Amino acid sequence: MSPDQRGFVTLLKKEVMRFWSVLAQTVTAPVITAVLYLLVFAQALKDRTSAYEGISYTEFLVPGLVMMTVIQNAFANTSSSLIQSKVMGNLVFLQMAPLGPLEWYGAYILAALVRTFLVAVVMLGVTLPFVPLPVEAPLVLFGVFLLASASLASIGMIAGIVAQKFDHIAAFTNFFITPLSFLSGVFYSVHALPPFWYQASHLNPFFYMIDGFRYGFFGHADVPVWQSLAWCAGFFILSAAACLWMLISGYKLKR
Amino acid sequence: MQTAIAIAGVRKNYGKLEALRGVSFDIRRGEFFGLLGPNGAGKSTLISIIAGLVSADEGSISVLGHDTVSQFRAARRLLGVVPQELVFDPFFTVREMLRIQAGYYGCGKEAWPWIDEMLERLDLADKATSSMRALSGGMKRRVLIAQALVHRPPVVILDEPTAGVDVELRRTLWHFMTDLHKQGTTVVLTTHYLEEAQELCERIAILDHGAVQVIETTPQLLARHPFRFLRIKLANDAQLPESLRALVAGEVNGSVELKLEVGKHPIGSVFAALRAAGIDLEDVHTREPDLEDIFVQLTTKGAA
Repeated sequence: MSPDQRGFVTLLKKEVMRFWSVLAQTVTAPVITAVLYLLVFAQALKDRTSAYEGISYTEFLVPGLVMMTVIQNAFANTSSSLIQSKVMGNLVFLQMAPLGPLEWYGAYILAALVRTFLVAVVMLGVTLPFVPLPVEAPLVLFGVFLLASASLASIGMIAGIVAQKFDHIAAFTNFFITPLSFLSGVFYSVHALPPFWYQASHLNPFFYMIDGFRYGFFGHADVPVWQSLAWCAGFFILSAAACLWMLISGYKLKR
Repeated sequence: MQTAIAIAGVRKNYGKLEALRGVSFDIRRGEFFGLLGPNGAGKSTLISIIAGLVSADEGSISVLGHDTVSQFRAARRLLGVVPQELVFDPFFTVREMLRIQAGYYGCGKEAWPWIDEMLERLDLADKATSSMRALSGGMKRRVLIAQALVHRPPVVILDEPTAGVDVELRRTLWHFMTDLHKQGTTVVLTTHYLEEAQELCERIAILDHGAVQVIETTPQLLARHPFRFLRIKLANDAQLPESLRALVAGEVNGSVELKLEVGKHPIGSVFAALRAAGIDLEDVHTREPDLEDIFVQLTTKGAA
Protein backbone atom coordinates (compact mmCIF):
# COMPACT_ATOMS: atom_id res chain seq x y z
CA MET A 1 0.00 0.00 0.00
CA SER A 2 1.42 3.41 -0.95
CA PRO A 3 1.68 6.12 1.74
CA ASP A 4 -1.13 8.07 0.04
CA GLN A 5 -3.39 5.01 0.01
CA ARG A 6 -2.56 4.31 3.64
CA GLY A 7 -3.46 7.90 4.52
CA PHE A 8 -6.81 7.52 2.78
CA VAL A 9 -7.54 4.15 4.43
CA THR A 10 -6.62 5.58 7.85
CA LEU A 11 -8.97 8.53 7.44
CA LEU A 12 -11.75 6.17 6.30
CA LYS A 13 -11.09 3.88 9.26
CA LYS A 14 -11.02 6.83 11.67
CA GLU A 15 -14.36 8.11 10.34
CA VAL A 16 -15.93 4.64 10.70
CA MET A 17 -14.48 4.30 14.22
CA ARG A 18 -15.94 7.70 15.07
CA PHE A 19 -19.55 6.75 14.35
CA TRP A 20 -18.98 3.18 15.57
CA SER A 21 -17.93 4.45 19.00
CA VAL A 22 -21.39 6.06 19.41
CA LEU A 23 -23.43 3.37 17.65
CA ALA A 24 -26.45 3.91 19.89
CA GLN A 25 -26.72 7.46 18.52
CA THR A 26 -25.64 6.83 14.96
CA VAL A 27 -27.41 3.56 14.05
CA THR A 28 -29.76 2.36 16.79
CA ALA A 29 -31.54 5.68 17.38
CA PRO A 30 -32.44 6.39 13.73
CA VAL A 31 -33.62 2.81 13.24
CA ILE A 32 -35.89 3.06 16.31
CA THR A 33 -37.28 6.40 15.08
CA ALA A 34 -38.03 4.94 11.64
CA VAL A 35 -39.65 1.82 13.09
CA LEU A 36 -41.83 4.05 15.29
CA TYR A 37 -42.93 6.00 12.20
CA LEU A 38 -43.74 2.69 10.56
CA LEU A 39 -45.78 1.43 13.52
CA VAL A 40 -47.72 4.67 13.90
CA PHE A 41 -48.41 5.36 10.22
CA ALA A 42 -49.07 1.72 9.33
CA GLN A 43 -51.58 1.48 12.18
CA ALA A 44 -53.22 4.84 11.50
CA LEU A 45 -53.43 4.43 7.73
CA LYS A 46 -53.69 0.65 7.37
CA ASP A 47 -57.10 0.92 5.66
CA ARG A 48 -55.84 3.46 3.16
CA THR A 49 -55.77 2.26 -0.43
CA SER A 50 -52.20 1.73 -1.58
CA ALA A 51 -50.77 3.66 -4.49
CA TYR A 52 -49.83 0.48 -6.28
CA GLU A 53 -52.02 -2.50 -7.02
CA GLY A 54 -51.31 -5.54 -4.91
CA ILE A 55 -49.06 -3.66 -2.48
CA SER A 56 -50.31 -2.80 0.98
CA TYR A 57 -49.80 0.67 2.46
CA THR A 58 -47.36 -0.76 4.99
CA GLU A 59 -45.29 -2.35 2.21
CA PHE A 60 -45.40 0.95 0.32
CA LEU A 61 -44.18 2.77 3.42
CA VAL A 62 -41.09 0.68 4.25
CA PRO A 63 -38.80 1.59 1.30
CA GLY A 64 -39.60 5.29 1.69
CA LEU A 65 -38.83 5.20 5.39
CA VAL A 66 -35.57 3.36 4.78
CA MET A 67 -34.50 5.90 2.15
CA MET A 68 -35.56 8.84 4.32
CA THR A 69 -33.42 7.47 7.16
CA VAL A 70 -30.52 6.91 4.75
CA ILE A 71 -30.80 10.51 3.50
CA GLN A 72 -30.85 11.99 7.00
CA ASN A 73 -28.00 9.81 8.28
CA ALA A 74 -25.73 10.36 5.29
CA PHE A 75 -26.06 14.10 5.87
CA ALA A 76 -25.64 13.79 9.63
CA ASN A 77 -22.51 11.64 9.42
CA THR A 78 -20.33 13.99 7.40
CA SER A 79 -21.75 17.26 8.70
CA SER A 80 -21.45 16.31 12.37
CA SER A 81 -17.96 14.90 11.95
CA LEU A 82 -16.68 18.06 10.28
CA ILE A 83 -18.38 20.54 12.59
CA GLN A 84 -17.19 18.63 15.68
CA SER A 85 -13.63 18.67 14.35
CA LYS A 86 -13.91 22.37 13.60
CA VAL A 87 -15.38 23.32 16.95
CA MET A 88 -12.94 21.09 18.89
CA GLY A 89 -10.09 22.40 16.74
CA ASN A 90 -8.80 18.93 15.86
CA LEU A 91 -9.40 19.47 12.14
CA VAL A 92 -5.82 20.82 12.07
CA PHE A 93 -4.52 17.25 12.37
CA LEU A 94 -6.11 16.49 9.01
CA GLN A 95 -5.30 19.85 7.47
CA MET A 96 -1.60 19.45 8.28
CA ALA A 97 -1.50 15.83 7.04
CA PRO A 98 -0.29 14.94 3.53
CA LEU A 99 -3.82 14.15 2.36
CA GLY A 100 -5.29 15.64 -0.80
CA PRO A 101 -8.89 16.77 -1.46
CA LEU A 102 -9.78 13.47 -3.15
CA GLU A 103 -8.66 11.43 -0.14
CA TRP A 104 -10.65 13.69 2.18
CA TYR A 105 -13.72 13.44 0.01
CA GLY A 106 -13.48 9.70 -0.62
CA ALA A 107 -12.89 8.81 3.03
CA TYR A 108 -15.72 10.96 4.40
CA ILE A 109 -18.19 9.79 1.75
CA LEU A 110 -17.30 6.10 2.09
CA ALA A 111 -17.60 6.26 5.89
CA ALA A 112 -21.07 7.79 5.47
CA LEU A 113 -21.93 4.97 3.02
CA VAL A 114 -20.87 2.38 5.60
CA ARG A 115 -23.13 4.01 8.19
CA THR A 116 -26.14 4.35 5.88
CA PHE A 117 -25.69 0.78 4.61
CA LEU A 118 -25.71 -0.41 8.22
CA VAL A 119 -28.79 1.67 9.01
CA ALA A 120 -30.63 0.37 5.90
CA VAL A 121 -29.71 -3.26 6.56
CA VAL A 122 -30.73 -3.07 10.23
CA MET A 123 -34.00 -1.34 9.32
CA LEU A 124 -34.84 -3.91 6.67
CA GLY A 125 -33.75 -6.70 9.03
CA VAL A 126 -36.15 -5.42 11.69
CA THR A 127 -39.12 -4.85 9.36
CA LEU A 128 -38.83 -7.70 6.83
CA PRO A 129 -40.11 -10.44 9.19
CA PHE A 130 -43.33 -8.42 9.55
CA VAL A 131 -43.47 -6.70 6.16
CA PRO A 132 -41.91 -8.96 3.51
CA LEU A 133 -40.86 -7.04 0.40
CA PRO A 134 -40.00 -8.21 -3.10
CA VAL A 135 -36.78 -7.01 -4.75
CA GLU A 136 -37.66 -6.56 -8.41
CA ALA A 137 -34.68 -4.46 -9.55
CA PRO A 138 -31.69 -5.02 -7.23
CA LEU A 139 -29.28 -2.99 -9.37
CA VAL A 140 -31.58 0.03 -9.34
CA LEU A 141 -32.08 -0.44 -5.60
CA PHE A 142 -28.35 -0.46 -4.95
CA GLY A 143 -27.59 2.27 -7.47
CA VAL A 144 -30.15 4.67 -6.02
CA PHE A 145 -28.94 3.86 -2.51
CA LEU A 146 -25.34 4.66 -3.48
CA LEU A 147 -26.19 7.86 -5.34
CA ALA A 148 -28.55 9.12 -2.62
CA SER A 149 -26.12 8.33 0.21
CA ALA A 150 -23.15 9.86 -1.59
CA SER A 151 -25.16 12.97 -2.55
CA LEU A 152 -26.36 13.63 0.97
CA ALA A 153 -22.94 12.83 2.42
CA SER A 154 -21.54 15.46 0.00
CA ILE A 155 -24.20 17.98 1.06
CA GLY A 156 -23.30 17.15 4.68
CA MET A 157 -19.63 17.86 3.95
CA ILE A 158 -20.56 21.16 2.32
CA ALA A 159 -22.64 22.08 5.38
CA GLY A 160 -19.78 21.04 7.66
CA ILE A 161 -17.31 23.14 5.72
CA VAL A 162 -19.55 26.22 5.60
CA ALA A 163 -20.81 25.98 9.21
CA GLN A 164 -18.91 27.67 12.01
CA LYS A 165 -20.98 26.29 14.88
CA PHE A 166 -23.45 23.51 15.68
CA ASP A 167 -26.40 25.89 15.24
CA HIS A 168 -25.60 26.24 11.54
CA ILE A 169 -25.81 22.47 11.05
CA ALA A 170 -29.06 22.35 13.03
CA ALA A 171 -30.48 25.09 10.77
CA PHE A 172 -29.40 23.16 7.66
CA THR A 173 -31.06 20.02 9.02
CA ASN A 174 -34.26 21.70 10.21
CA PHE A 175 -34.87 24.00 7.24
CA PHE A 176 -33.54 21.91 4.37
CA ILE A 177 -32.98 18.20 4.99
CA THR A 178 -35.98 17.37 7.20
CA PRO A 179 -38.67 19.29 5.22
CA LEU A 180 -37.43 18.01 1.85
CA SER A 181 -37.24 14.42 3.09
CA PHE A 182 -40.74 14.58 4.65
CA LEU A 183 -42.21 16.18 1.51
CA SER A 184 -40.75 13.64 -0.86
CA GLY A 185 -43.46 11.02 -1.01
CA VAL A 186 -42.31 8.85 1.88
CA PHE A 187 -45.80 8.57 3.35
CA TYR A 188 -47.88 8.98 0.18
CA SER A 189 -47.79 8.72 -3.60
CA VAL A 190 -47.35 12.13 -5.24
CA HIS A 191 -50.31 11.24 -7.49
CA ALA A 192 -52.51 11.82 -4.44
CA LEU A 193 -51.37 15.46 -4.16
CA PRO A 194 -53.13 18.57 -5.53
CA PRO A 195 -51.66 19.73 -8.90
CA PHE A 196 -49.41 22.45 -7.41
CA TRP A 197 -47.81 20.16 -4.83
CA TYR A 198 -47.62 17.38 -7.41
CA GLN A 199 -45.55 19.69 -9.64
CA ALA A 200 -43.52 21.00 -6.68
CA SER A 201 -42.61 17.46 -5.63
CA HIS A 202 -40.98 16.95 -9.02
CA LEU A 203 -38.45 19.67 -8.16
CA ASN A 204 -37.43 17.90 -4.97
CA PRO A 205 -34.38 15.66 -5.56
CA PHE A 206 -35.27 13.58 -2.49
CA PHE A 207 -38.51 12.57 -4.22
CA TYR A 208 -36.53 10.83 -6.99
CA MET A 209 -34.32 9.08 -4.44
CA ILE A 210 -37.32 7.65 -2.64
CA ASP A 211 -39.24 6.86 -5.83
CA GLY A 212 -36.23 5.18 -7.44
CA PHE A 213 -35.54 3.19 -4.28
CA ARG A 214 -39.18 2.09 -4.19
CA TYR A 215 -38.87 1.02 -7.86
CA GLY A 216 -36.01 -1.28 -6.83
CA PHE A 217 -38.40 -3.17 -4.56
CA PHE A 218 -41.67 -3.14 -6.51
CA GLY A 219 -40.61 -2.69 -10.12
CA HIS A 220 -42.86 0.32 -10.54
CA ALA A 221 -43.00 3.81 -9.08
CA ASP A 222 -44.52 7.31 -9.52
CA VAL A 223 -42.11 8.42 -12.28
CA PRO A 224 -40.13 6.36 -14.84
CA VAL A 225 -37.04 4.83 -13.24
CA TRP A 226 -34.65 6.42 -15.75
CA GLN A 227 -35.90 9.82 -14.59
CA SER A 228 -35.18 8.95 -10.95
CA LEU A 229 -31.74 7.62 -11.83
CA ALA A 230 -30.95 10.71 -13.92
CA TRP A 231 -32.00 13.08 -11.10
CA CYS A 232 -30.05 11.07 -8.52
CA ALA A 233 -26.93 11.00 -10.72
CA GLY A 234 -27.26 14.70 -11.58
CA PHE A 235 -27.71 15.67 -7.94
CA PHE A 236 -24.72 13.57 -6.97
CA ILE A 237 -22.51 15.14 -9.66
CA LEU A 238 -23.54 18.65 -8.61
CA SER A 239 -23.08 18.08 -4.88
CA ALA A 240 -19.79 16.19 -5.35
CA ALA A 241 -18.44 18.90 -7.65
CA ALA A 242 -19.38 21.67 -5.20
CA CYS A 243 -17.85 19.77 -2.30
CA LEU A 244 -14.63 19.00 -4.18
CA TRP A 245 -14.34 22.62 -5.27
CA MET A 246 -14.52 23.68 -1.62
CA LEU A 247 -11.89 21.14 -0.61
CA ILE A 248 -9.54 22.02 -3.47
CA SER A 249 -9.87 25.78 -2.99
CA GLY A 250 -9.72 25.52 0.80
CA TYR A 251 -12.98 27.49 1.03
CA LYS A 252 -13.76 28.16 4.71
CA LEU A 253 -11.04 25.68 5.63
CA LYS A 254 -7.92 27.71 4.92
CA ARG A 255 -7.74 31.21 6.26
CA MET B 1 24.52 23.43 4.68
CA GLN B 2 21.14 22.30 3.38
CA THR B 3 18.16 24.50 4.13
CA ALA B 4 15.45 22.92 6.27
CA ILE B 5 12.85 25.64 5.74
CA ALA B 6 13.23 28.34 3.08
CA ILE B 7 10.84 31.28 3.45
CA ALA B 8 10.84 33.67 0.50
CA GLY B 9 8.88 36.93 0.35
CA VAL B 10 5.86 35.71 2.28
CA ARG B 11 3.06 38.21 2.59
CA LYS B 12 -0.30 37.77 4.27
CA ASN B 13 -3.04 40.33 4.82
CA TYR B 14 -6.21 39.88 6.86
CA GLY B 15 -8.30 42.66 5.39
CA LYS B 16 -6.35 45.85 6.09
CA LEU B 17 -4.10 44.18 8.64
CA GLU B 18 -0.70 43.24 7.26
CA ALA B 19 0.10 40.09 9.24
CA LEU B 20 3.29 39.34 7.27
CA ARG B 21 5.09 41.95 5.15
CA GLY B 22 7.34 40.04 2.81
CA VAL B 23 9.13 37.79 5.28
CA SER B 24 12.24 36.01 3.96
CA PHE B 25 14.75 33.87 5.83
CA ASP B 26 16.17 30.35 5.88
CA ILE B 27 16.30 27.85 8.71
CA ARG B 28 19.31 25.57 8.32
CA ARG B 29 19.14 21.82 8.56
CA GLY B 30 19.94 20.51 12.04
CA GLU B 31 19.48 23.90 13.65
CA PHE B 32 17.67 24.67 16.90
CA PHE B 33 15.96 27.84 15.76
CA GLY B 34 13.95 30.30 17.82
CA LEU B 35 11.16 32.35 16.30
CA LEU B 36 10.29 35.08 18.76
CA GLY B 37 8.06 38.08 18.78
CA PRO B 38 5.33 39.76 20.79
CA ASN B 39 1.68 38.72 20.44
CA GLY B 40 0.39 39.64 16.99
CA ALA B 41 3.89 39.79 15.50
CA GLY B 42 2.97 37.23 12.80
CA LYS B 43 4.68 34.11 14.23
CA SER B 44 1.58 31.92 14.27
CA THR B 45 0.51 33.14 10.84
CA LEU B 46 3.93 32.19 9.46
CA ILE B 47 3.81 28.77 11.12
CA SER B 48 0.27 28.23 9.85
CA ILE B 49 1.42 29.01 6.31
CA ILE B 50 4.32 26.55 6.64
CA ALA B 51 1.92 23.90 7.97
CA GLY B 52 -0.64 24.46 5.20
CA LEU B 53 -3.38 25.87 7.44
CA VAL B 54 -3.25 29.33 5.89
CA SER B 55 -2.59 30.41 2.30
CA ALA B 56 0.04 33.07 1.71
CA ASP B 57 -0.98 36.03 -0.46
CA GLU B 58 2.52 36.16 -1.94
CA GLY B 59 5.79 34.30 -1.65
CA SER B 60 6.73 30.68 -1.16
CA ILE B 61 7.94 28.30 1.50
CA SER B 62 9.75 25.00 1.04
CA VAL B 63 10.61 22.26 3.50
CA LEU B 64 13.85 20.46 2.62
CA GLY B 65 13.42 21.66 -0.96
CA HIS B 66 9.74 20.73 -1.33
CA ASP B 67 7.31 23.57 -1.96
CA THR B 68 4.56 23.55 0.68
CA VAL B 69 1.87 24.23 -1.96
CA SER B 70 2.85 22.47 -5.20
CA GLN B 71 4.58 19.56 -3.40
CA PHE B 72 2.49 19.64 -0.25
CA ARG B 73 2.52 15.89 0.32
CA ALA B 74 6.32 15.60 0.35
CA ALA B 75 6.69 18.82 2.36
CA ARG B 76 4.19 17.74 5.02
CA ARG B 77 5.75 14.28 5.38
CA LEU B 78 9.02 16.01 6.31
CA LEU B 79 7.37 18.32 8.82
CA GLY B 80 5.86 17.86 12.27
CA VAL B 81 3.97 20.74 13.86
CA VAL B 82 2.88 21.04 17.48
CA PRO B 83 -0.03 23.49 17.40
CA GLN B 84 -0.34 26.20 20.01
CA GLU B 85 -3.94 25.40 20.94
CA LEU B 86 -4.65 22.39 23.15
CA VAL B 87 -6.72 20.50 20.57
CA PHE B 88 -7.70 16.83 20.71
CA ASP B 89 -10.16 14.32 19.28
CA PRO B 90 -12.46 13.14 22.08
CA PHE B 91 -13.51 9.93 20.30
CA PHE B 92 -10.20 8.11 20.69
CA THR B 93 -7.69 6.86 23.22
CA VAL B 94 -4.14 8.20 23.28
CA ARG B 95 -2.68 5.19 21.48
CA GLU B 96 -5.49 5.13 18.88
CA MET B 97 -4.94 8.83 18.21
CA LEU B 98 -1.22 8.34 17.66
CA ARG B 99 -1.75 5.35 15.36
CA ILE B 100 -4.33 7.30 13.37
CA GLN B 101 -1.94 10.22 13.08
CA ALA B 102 0.83 7.87 11.90
CA GLY B 103 -1.54 6.44 9.30
CA TYR B 104 -2.28 9.88 7.84
CA TYR B 105 1.43 10.14 7.09
CA GLY B 106 1.52 6.73 5.42
CA CYS B 107 3.05 4.88 8.40
CA GLY B 108 1.68 1.47 9.31
CA LYS B 109 2.47 -1.02 12.03
CA GLU B 110 6.19 -0.35 11.64
CA ALA B 111 5.55 2.94 13.49
CA TRP B 112 3.98 1.23 16.51
CA PRO B 113 7.25 0.56 18.43
CA TRP B 114 8.20 4.24 17.99
CA ILE B 115 4.75 5.25 19.27
CA ASP B 116 5.28 3.09 22.36
CA GLU B 117 8.75 4.58 22.84
CA MET B 118 7.36 8.11 22.69
CA LEU B 119 4.62 7.17 25.16
CA GLU B 120 7.36 6.02 27.55
CA ARG B 121 9.61 9.04 27.06
CA LEU B 122 6.79 11.53 27.44
CA ASP B 123 5.46 9.76 30.56
CA LEU B 124 2.27 8.79 28.78
CA ALA B 125 2.61 4.99 28.93
CA ASP B 126 0.06 4.59 31.71
CA LYS B 127 -2.39 6.80 29.79
CA ALA B 128 -2.10 4.92 26.48
CA THR B 129 -5.59 3.43 26.73
CA SER B 130 -7.19 6.49 28.33
CA SER B 131 -9.65 8.56 26.36
CA MET B 132 -8.21 11.86 25.19
CA ARG B 133 -10.99 13.73 26.98
CA ALA B 134 -9.90 12.22 30.32
CA LEU B 135 -6.39 13.73 30.17
CA SER B 136 -5.18 16.81 32.01
CA GLY B 137 -3.96 19.84 30.04
CA GLY B 138 -0.33 18.86 30.51
CA MET B 139 -0.98 15.33 29.30
CA LYS B 140 -2.84 16.62 26.25
CA ARG B 141 0.17 18.84 25.50
CA ARG B 142 2.44 15.76 25.58
CA VAL B 143 0.12 13.90 23.22
CA LEU B 144 0.24 16.85 20.81
CA ILE B 145 4.03 16.63 20.81
CA ALA B 146 3.92 12.86 20.23
CA GLN B 147 1.43 13.41 17.37
CA ALA B 148 3.80 15.84 15.67
CA LEU B 149 6.67 13.36 15.90
CA VAL B 150 4.80 10.18 15.08
CA HIS B 151 6.09 10.01 11.50
CA ARG B 152 9.67 10.88 12.58
CA PRO B 153 9.86 14.17 10.66
CA PRO B 154 13.33 15.67 10.16
CA VAL B 155 11.88 19.16 10.75
CA VAL B 156 9.74 19.94 13.79
CA ILE B 157 7.95 23.18 14.64
CA LEU B 158 6.87 23.69 18.23
CA ASP B 159 4.46 26.61 18.56
CA GLU B 160 4.66 27.63 22.21
CA PRO B 161 4.85 24.04 23.49
CA THR B 162 5.49 25.08 27.08
CA ALA B 163 2.70 27.65 27.36
CA GLY B 164 0.75 27.01 30.54
CA VAL B 165 2.60 23.84 31.58
CA ASP B 166 4.18 23.21 34.97
CA VAL B 167 7.92 23.34 35.63
CA GLU B 168 8.36 19.56 35.64
CA LEU B 169 6.69 19.11 32.27
CA ARG B 170 8.60 22.05 30.86
CA ARG B 171 11.87 20.39 31.86
CA THR B 172 10.72 17.03 30.39
CA LEU B 173 9.92 18.78 27.14
CA TRP B 174 13.25 20.62 27.10
CA HIS B 175 15.14 17.34 27.52
CA PHE B 176 13.03 15.70 24.86
CA MET B 177 13.56 18.53 22.37
CA THR B 178 17.29 18.66 23.09
CA ASP B 179 17.58 14.89 22.50
CA LEU B 180 15.68 15.22 19.24
CA HIS B 181 17.99 18.00 18.14
CA LYS B 182 21.08 15.96 19.02
CA GLN B 183 19.75 13.19 16.79
CA GLY B 184 19.75 15.61 13.86
CA THR B 185 16.19 16.93 13.90
CA THR B 186 15.76 20.58 12.94
CA VAL B 187 13.73 22.20 15.70
CA VAL B 188 11.90 25.49 15.31
CA LEU B 189 10.63 26.87 18.59
CA THR B 190 8.32 29.76 19.29
CA THR B 191 7.96 30.74 22.91
CA HIS B 192 7.25 33.65 25.17
CA TYR B 193 9.72 32.24 27.75
CA LEU B 194 12.81 34.05 26.53
CA GLU B 195 15.16 32.25 28.90
CA GLU B 196 13.98 29.05 27.21
CA ALA B 197 14.93 30.39 23.79
CA GLN B 198 18.26 31.72 25.09
CA GLU B 199 19.07 28.33 26.62
CA LEU B 200 18.03 26.13 23.70
CA CYS B 201 18.26 28.04 20.43
CA GLU B 202 21.38 28.37 18.30
CA ARG B 203 19.88 31.09 16.13
CA ILE B 204 16.97 33.38 16.72
CA ALA B 205 14.70 35.49 14.53
CA ILE B 206 12.68 38.25 16.14
CA LEU B 207 9.52 39.05 14.28
CA ASP B 208 7.53 42.18 14.95
CA HIS B 209 4.68 43.85 13.08
CA GLY B 210 4.89 41.18 10.39
CA ALA B 211 8.56 41.72 9.57
CA VAL B 212 11.84 40.19 10.68
CA GLN B 213 13.56 42.70 12.98
CA VAL B 214 16.70 40.64 13.41
CA ILE B 215 18.01 37.16 12.69
CA GLU B 216 21.29 36.18 14.31
CA THR B 217 22.98 33.50 16.36
CA THR B 218 22.08 33.73 20.02
CA PRO B 219 25.58 34.96 21.10
CA GLN B 220 25.54 37.61 18.33
CA LEU B 221 22.11 38.72 19.43
CA LEU B 222 23.19 39.01 23.05
CA ALA B 223 26.30 40.94 22.03
CA ARG B 224 24.08 43.51 20.30
CA HIS B 225 23.12 45.02 23.58
CA PRO B 226 25.91 47.53 24.45
CA PHE B 227 24.99 47.61 28.11
CA ARG B 228 25.86 45.87 31.38
CA PHE B 229 23.83 46.04 34.53
CA LEU B 230 25.28 46.85 37.93
CA ARG B 231 23.11 46.32 40.97
CA ILE B 232 24.30 48.06 44.11
CA LYS B 233 22.96 48.28 47.64
CA LEU B 234 24.08 51.40 49.51
CA ALA B 235 24.96 51.18 53.17
CA ASN B 236 23.10 53.24 55.83
CA ASP B 237 20.22 54.03 53.45
CA ALA B 238 22.42 56.53 51.64
CA GLN B 239 21.10 58.36 48.56
CA LEU B 240 22.68 57.80 45.16
CA PRO B 241 24.91 60.73 44.05
CA GLU B 242 23.34 63.09 41.51
CA SER B 243 25.95 62.14 38.87
CA LEU B 244 24.76 58.50 38.79
CA ARG B 245 21.00 59.07 38.83
CA ALA B 246 20.73 59.23 35.03
CA LEU B 247 22.01 55.63 34.86
CA VAL B 248 19.27 54.11 37.05
CA ALA B 249 17.38 51.37 35.21
CA GLY B 250 15.29 50.21 38.15
CA GLU B 251 15.10 49.18 41.76
CA VAL B 252 15.01 45.60 43.02
CA ASN B 253 14.58 44.67 46.71
CA GLY B 254 16.16 47.85 47.98
CA SER B 255 19.03 47.69 45.48
CA VAL B 256 19.49 50.11 42.61
CA GLU B 257 20.16 48.72 39.12
CA LEU B 258 22.33 50.91 36.93
CA LYS B 259 22.48 50.46 33.16
CA LEU B 260 26.05 51.07 32.02
CA GLU B 261 26.97 51.53 28.39
CA VAL B 262 30.04 49.49 27.52
CA GLY B 263 33.05 51.76 26.84
CA LYS B 264 31.26 54.87 28.08
CA HIS B 265 30.46 54.03 31.69
CA PRO B 266 33.17 51.80 33.16
CA ILE B 267 32.20 50.14 36.43
CA GLY B 268 35.22 51.78 38.08
CA SER B 269 33.73 55.24 37.43
CA VAL B 270 30.64 54.28 39.45
CA PHE B 271 32.74 53.12 42.38
CA ALA B 272 34.85 56.31 42.14
CA ALA B 273 31.71 58.48 42.25
CA LEU B 274 30.43 56.60 45.29
CA ARG B 275 33.80 56.91 47.04
CA ALA B 276 33.93 60.65 46.28
CA ALA B 277 30.49 61.05 47.86
CA GLY B 278 31.61 59.06 50.91
CA ILE B 279 29.05 56.31 50.35
CA ASP B 280 29.79 52.76 51.42
CA LEU B 281 28.49 49.74 49.54
CA GLU B 282 26.61 46.93 51.24
CA ASP B 283 26.29 44.64 48.22
CA VAL B 284 27.33 44.57 44.55
CA HIS B 285 26.03 42.40 41.74
CA THR B 286 26.63 42.54 37.99
CA ARG B 287 24.32 41.14 35.33
CA GLU B 288 24.92 40.57 31.63
CA PRO B 289 22.06 41.58 29.36
CA ASP B 290 19.75 38.67 28.56
CA LEU B 291 17.48 37.97 25.63
CA GLU B 292 14.64 39.77 27.30
CA ASP B 293 16.62 43.03 27.27
CA ILE B 294 17.39 42.60 23.56
CA PHE B 295 13.81 41.58 22.83
CA VAL B 296 12.36 44.62 24.58
CA GLN B 297 14.87 46.92 22.88
CA LEU B 298 14.11 45.54 19.39
CA THR B 299 10.38 45.22 19.67
CA THR B 300 9.98 48.62 21.35
CA LYS B 301 11.88 50.16 18.46
CA GLY B 302 9.54 48.31 16.07
CA ALA B 303 6.51 49.70 17.86
CA ALA B 304 7.86 53.21 17.61
